[in-house]
Amino acid sequence: MAVAFDEMNIPGGDLRPAYQELARWLKETPPEALEYRRQEAELLFRRIGITFAVYGEAESTERLIPFDVIPRIMSGKEWALLEKGLKQRVRALNMFLRDIYHGRDILRAEVVPDDLIFQNPVFRPEMNGQQVPHDVYVHIAGIDIVRIDAEDFIVLEDNARTPSGVSYMLENREIMMRLFPDLFARHRVAPVERYPDELLSALRSVAPQGASGEPTVALLTPGVYNSAYYEHSFLADKLGIELVEGRDLIIKNNEVFMRTTEGLKRVDVIYRRVDDDFIDPLTFRPDSVLGVPGLMSAYAAGNITLANAVGTGIADDKAIYSYMPDIVKFYLGEEPILKNVPTWRCREPKDLAYVLDNLGELVVKEVHGSGGYGMLIGPAATKATIEAFREKLKREPEGFIAQPTLALSTCPTCTASGLAPRHVDLRPFVLTGSKSTTIVPGGLTRVALKEGSLVVNSSQGGGTKDTWILDE
Amino acid sequence: MLSRTAENLYWLARYVERAEYLARTIDATLRVTALPAAYIGKTNEWDSALLTAGVAASFYQTYEEANEHNVVDYLSFSASNPSSIRNCIEAARLNSRSVRTALTSEMWDTINSAWIELQEVWSKGTSTREELAKFLRFVQETSLRFDGSAYRTMLRNDAYWFSRLGLHLERADNTARILDVKYHVLLPEEEHVGGPLDFYQWSSILRSVSALTAYHWVYRETLKPWLIADLLILNDTLPRSLASCYGNLVRNLDQIGVAYGRQGPAQRHARGIRNRLEHSNMNDIFQHGVHEFIQEFIADNSRLGEIVTKQYLI
Repeated sequence: MAVAFDEMNIPGGDLRPAYQELARWLKETPPEALEYRRQEAELLFRRIGITFAVYGEAESTERLIPFDVIPRIMSGKEWALLEKGLKQRVRALNMFLRDIYHGRDILRAEVVPDDLIFQNPVFRPEMNGQQVPHDVYVHIAGIDIVRIDAEDFIVLEDNARTPSGVSYMLENREIMMRLFPDLFARHRVAPVERYPDELLSALRSVAPQGASGEPTVALLTPGVYNSAYYEHSFLADKLGIELVEGRDLIIKNNEVFMRTTEGLKRVDVIYRRVDDDFIDPLTFRPDSVLGVPGLMSAYAAGNITLANAVGTGIADDKAIYSYMPDIVKFYLGEEPILKNVPTWRCREPKDLAYVLDNLGELVVKEVHGSGGYGMLIGPAATKATIEAFREKLKREPEGFIAQPTLALSTCPTCTASGLAPRHVDLRPFVLTGSKSTTIVPGGLTRVALKEGSLVVNSSQGGGTKDTWILDE
Repeated sequence: MLSRTAENLYWLARYVERAEYLARTIDATLRVTALPAAYIGKTNEWDSALLTAGVAASFYQTYEEANEHNVVDYLSFSASNPSSIRNCIEAARLNSRSVRTALTSEMWDTINSAWIELQEVWSKGTSTREELAKFLRFVQETSLRFDGSAYRTMLRNDAYWFSRLGLHLERADNTARILDVKYHVLLPEEEHVGGPLDFYQWSSILRSVSALTAYHWVYRETLKPWLIADLLILNDTLPRSLASCYGNLVRNLDQIGVAYGRQGPAQRHARGIRNRLEHSNMNDIFQHGVHEFIQEFIADNSRLGEIVTKQYLI
């Protein structure tokens, strides 16, 4: 594998401009001071209770995501390009969803094969012909971005269902500002704190027609045992909206109400962090206790807006992902600004043959997997693992895609033996309301803390960093 | 506000209050049992600690003997006792997590820190008296900090009132339970008035509701059983007396009623109990029977809990 692109150091000893001030500061700051700040940050996270749960672990159901105190820095120019690309991508995602659940031009034009849609479990026939306010399906998108050189931004994954992590973007910044006020004084970092405000106006802007002038928004959480529960309560607090569970809601005459101490109160927009499958036991999984019986009929009657809409999974599915450049071109007539990782679709015999021959070099992902589970990283896997995976792949090729192992860019990171480069990715959060698409400058940088590791998922030993966009 | 939020706030306050009460009960029992047998008689004080905590029946399913080791363990650390101090703090933390948006950061910090300390410092229980004393202090301080931060930082709205409802209902229940178990030593029967035995029992009762000093301030008298009963039942200047709890319950329910523009069965029921306390004196109560009076009160108080739940929390 080639040497990864480092976002701070240019081979030969020079620094990239965005990092010059940080490098000076690091020279002045003794390593013990950094370690001390790191511990302080950890204490803050613990006290505030910023934790997440790891499924399948009996012990210690709440864990901290390790926080790296060295910020990741991008220039305003780099950000401007990324921002443009993200808006383009999310616009295309929304148009694609509108089309799939209505006219299906893209299928007729044979840009995307039919069976990838209709045989896909995340396609929701319940959404056929259903109108959603302002044709917005994905109100909140988390697009995972990686870099491999100074020029390009590459989309690793689109998250159009219930993307999480934005609370870390906001809390990381808060904590960094508390710990390193002078480092901030030496930079002009674009602020992120208006995210909750923008989210609330986006959500209000898509209220159903029958809603009052001041639409009531609520955040629907699966509850305290969900891995992202902290984020749900954090956002509800920042937005000033009720954090509801399924049992707090009730449907009457196809309208949604919450049970309050003063009786029932109508809800107009639900920012839901419950997956499609669990949202209404009468329509989807009947064993779900997290949802609201009848919610889908209220939705069909146009009395409630769900954000994100039901059925958005069909747009961020890993099998659809490889068609995204064509999808952008089809709807917008523009060249995609953000690149895709070259992807082999194992459902196609030619691609499958290539993948089987090169398993040792490739990353193979389950089409419906997430969180870094169930994937094979060829170069890091043992022979036995590869062979086991080969069998799985042969048995069900349509369940997998494969990509080359990317040399993700690296950023300086605190490690036991001092600062060292570690691989990172970035998840910016793209908000779409009735009138505009906005992105708070930055996002969540995830970092693989183990030397050489490419897996940044928090469930598998990844950490986070504050992400700075310099305002020039 | 969401009914579930109100319910969580209400129970959160109850759990914290209960944890403190258990800590006080253990503390008071330790003091009495440290005395030579001649001063306390033949009663098993650990047994009555279980009774005041209302967990005697479940205790004997696991343990044979009510001694210091077993009872302290069961009331403080046992995972199988749903109202052990540990479980109260665990439940308080879980409730806090589900209503984080309704708590001030100071309240959250108190509960979360206590929960962290419980896991880091007290996960194995205590092995010496000194450690136990430290643990009991930790529990009482947690409750004081929680109560203080609620008082000093919460908006005076329904969230605050529901939390206070839980506090006062639990507190009234706890005081009444002590009286229920110990009423016999408070009876003004001639045969053993003023013996050293009773003196220590009485001071132990007062200690468990932190009212020993208060007693002297209020009555300027040596310990007399009927005055102790008067203090704990009818004296509304003592924050843990039944009268004071009901003064507060009526006030909180009225505030909720005004804010919502509606009174209901909870307001009426609470006022009924308060009026009964206001119009009673110790002579009548002793004639009517202290035990009957207390038992009726406990039933009425838990009935109020049910009515509040039905009216607001579900």
